[in-house]
Amino acid sequence: MSTDGPVSAGRLAVLLAGLGLMVALVALGALFLGSARVPPRDVLAVLTGHVKGVDQVVVLSLRLPRILAALLAGGALAVAGAGFQALTRNPLAEPSVLGVSSGAAFGVIVAQVFGLGSGLVDAVGLAACAFAGALVAGAGVYLIASRAGGMPVHTLLLAGVIVGIFFSSAITVLISVVDFDRLGGVVHWLLGNLGPIAPSGLAVFAVLAALGCWLVIGQARSLNLLALGEESAEQLGVDAEALKRRIFAGAALLTAAVVAFVGPIGFVGLIVPQALRMMLGADNRVVIPTALLGGGAFLLLADTLARNLIAPAELSVGVITAFCGAPFFIYLLRSRAPDVAP
Amino acid sequence: MTPLVECRRVAFAYPVPSAGAAAFTLRDLSLQVQPGEIFGVIGPNGSGKTTLVRLLSRVLMPSGGQILIDGADTAQLSRAEVARQVAVVPQDVPRAFPHTVEELVLMGRFPRAPGRFFETRDDRAAAERAMESVGVLALRGAQLDRLSGGERQRVMLARALAQEPRLLLLDEPTAFLDLRYQAECAGLLRRLGREAGLTIVLVSHDLGFAAELSDRLLLLAGGAAMRVGPPEMVIDEAVLEAAYGCRVLVDKHPISRRPTVHLIYPQG
Repeated sequence: MSTDGPVSAGRLAVLLAGLGLMVALVALGALFLGSARVPPRDVLAVLTGHVKGVDQVVVLSLRLPRILAALLAGGALAVAGAGFQALTRNPLAEPSVLGVSSGAAFGVIVAQVFGLGSGLVDAVGLAACAFAGALVAGAGVYLIASRAGGMPVHTLLLAGVIVGIFFSSAITVLISVVDFDRLGGVVHWLLGNLGPIAPSGLAVFAVLAALGCWLVIGQARSLNLLALGEESAEQLGVDAEALKRRIFAGAALLTAAVVAFVGPIGFVGLIVPQALRMMLGADNRVVIPTALLGGGAFLLLADTLARNLIAPAELSVGVITAFCGAPFFIYLLRSRAPDVAP
Repeated sequence: MTPLVECRRVAFAYPVPSAGAAAFTLRDLSLQVQPGEIFGVIGPNGSGKTTLVRLLSRVLMPSGGQILIDGADTAQLSRAEVARQVAVVPQDVPRAFPHTVEELVLMGRFPRAPGRFFETRDDRAAAERAMESVGVLALRGAQLDRLSGGERQRVMLARALAQEPRLLLLDEPTAFLDLRYQAECAGLLRRLGREAGLTIVLVSHDLGFAAELSDRLLLLAGGAAMRVGPPEMVIDEAVLEAAYGCRVLVDKHPISRRPTVHLIYPQG
């Protein structure tokens, strides 16, 4: 579709409307599926407000918040991935590959060790700690990988792996030292768990995700220019330093919000923007807004699978995304990397 | 007539990366480029050619002196304001993402309205004219990494033209081009200078190419202007030998009568 010519407001609106419809259908489907058997007729009755009791709790208090969390988290991760990719000019960059997710997860565990729970204030505190962790990890990767004249593709990936391993080990140390009960459910959370999100948490999550998306999507046109190199972007009138700071902050915030509320889910930020680029072309004004919807739909599908594959037991959604993402990463590494400028 | 480009005693020093390493400095450089002129900049490695490109395109700010574009001090202008006057054609661009030719050329419209999210109909028309004038309109839907080096350079030239600048700044235009594309590039630049009335500053290692195209040449050596003038005055055996530290023989091109340079290879 990249041969359709340059992007315009009309074309983007059509794409977003189509994707929005797809998201709505997937969400509706997810509302009807689950380990607790609620007949479709009863789900409809709950939605129209005619049924109370267990069915209402299952549909409105369990499935609906989980669907919303999946849409938010998937969208946030995909936008963060697209942001990091544009920032580093590396199509393989992504919050978990860059170690930023691990940094944020470390921040969350530290916050939990200090006793932050799930109230509204606690939710803000958790997100703040996750953001601090994400910034430290991101800055670490940048310092390790940057050379005079750029950031070689493979060096950046290695730096991300190293920083990720470091923070994962630090998390393991904390979990081993601290009384396990105070970190209840931490293992499940570390693989990504969209289940137990409180309404206050969901609200904070939505606000932070919106802020992060605004920081990244608003600069989509400048990010296209950054793809040509910082000097070229500056010669066209972009303030490259300010742009990089803004995108880094936005992508780190999105990552931190996801990690704080549903855990460090990997590969969504890699799969979704890449797939969209293959279908729609490289223009960030198309890739990033569609990634918001596409990422939501993808993660919701993955989570619906995770809930239903081995019901009544449940898989972690991160397992599903990793099983999709790892082969995709290998494919990209083998097929695209030689084209990437050093 | 106001010169389009004027450097007044421009100095520049890069921050010293480590103690002892000599940071390059451009010293006391004064020059004027007249509207419509093709102005070549030559000089050995490290003489300051690339620094001059960065200064003229406001990627760097001079640490001393002034650079004026059409009478306006670039220190007082925003990046976008400079980019509406000065377009740079780089040697090559990174190709991490599959942008199309048309997308790349449209990027040249950014400085016209940096706050806008989408290009307008006028922007698309300007990009089309630019692609047409360098002969890449047929490639508009192609991805950059599918093109040859010569085609990519013409695309970059189209992007610069889409900026509708007054000054075209070329950084080593022949660096990655074989003979055929060098000839094409020379013809294209001559035509742009003559027909579009563009002022062209051409930085090149290729002395023959620079001498052939330029109305005047600037020879930089050690960060200072060693000589400025018509090619016959600058392409001089004694001057070049002093600047480059090797022996050369200057001759005349049999057809254009412009000076050409032969390197005298040392005997083993």
